[in-house]
Amino acid sequence: MWRYLLPLAGLAILVVFFFFGLQREPGTIPSPLIGKPAPSFSLPSVDNPAQSVSNADYRGRMYVLNVWGTWCIGCREEHAALLAIAHTSAVPFVGLNWKDERPLAIQWLKELGNPYTACAFDADGRVGIDWGVYGAPETFLVDANGVVIHKHIAPLTEEIWQRDFLPRIRAASKAAP
Amino acid sequence: MKRLLALLTLLLLVARAFGVDTGEEFADPALQARYERLTHDLRCLVCQNESIADSNAGLAADLRREVREMLSAGKSDQEILAFMTDRYGDFVLFRPPFVARTWLLWLAPALLLAAGAWIAVRIIRQKAQLARTDTDDSDLDSGSA
Repeated sequence: MWRYLLPLAGLAILVVFFFFGLQREPGTIPSPLIGKPAPSFSLPSVDNPAQSVSNADYRGRMYVLNVWGTWCIGCREEHAALLAIAHTSAVPFVGLNWKDERPLAIQWLKELGNPYTACAFDADGRVGIDWGVYGAPETFLVDANGVVIHKHIAPLTEEIWQRDFLPRIRAASKAAP
Repeated sequence: MKRLLALLTLLLLVARAFGVDTGEEFADPALQARYERLTHDLRCLVCQNESIADSNAGLAADLRREVREMLSAGKSDQEILAFMTDRYGDFVLFRPPFVARTWLLWLAPALLLAAGAWIAVRIIRQKAQLARTDTDDSDLDSGSA
């Protein structure tokens, strides 16, 4: 009798396997950077090559690093939300314009609005590689000790900001006032 | 036959022209061999089932550049792979390390093979048993006839 149940048991195992397997998002690769010091960078600013943008400027402060490019559709998608969030957020938004062309980036910020307190220009993508960036838009949250505490891959929305970022910001500011 | 062979050899040479990697080759063949091996062992994170050697994504080209520069700078294979995993995690390796999280991945082929063999042996034994009883039956039949 039990041998007739074997195929059924096999099916049950497959169902469990696929139930969990198909819910995973293979596009989202966990970052090994979480809990580690943020890679330091110093790059020219997008709008002024003579000016430099460095995350050392934010030592002792929490900040958000948003990786974007004008070639990136998801970045255009998230831009309105980014503007709204950055407008109300106490945490400064640092931009990392990744593998882009300067005139296009400047035009983008002029046309769509600028959510960034400063935006670095990473033309050859090396800083992006240091941060383990593989597909814009990506958004990192760095605490006051310079440690990466969260990474979001895919366009940012108000909902995701409130769900994933705000609680971490509150917890981190409580831990290190 | 000779002509066919010549044609096939030529096709082999042409394959390089279709390659994605347009970077210059290393003058040192040993370095070039290491470069080829490393870039084939590193996953392109944009198009996840391709190696960075085979992918024409922008990021893959950048990662090839990093590998090339690190090799020229005299870095070891371990150092280069560590550079990649520090940034992108074990996922970037097509051959992830054997750790607690990956033992099932590594052992699954052997386990499945063993399970398959066990089932096969059982079925074969059963069939053999059946065949024997069949002939016994026919013996009985012929005996009774």
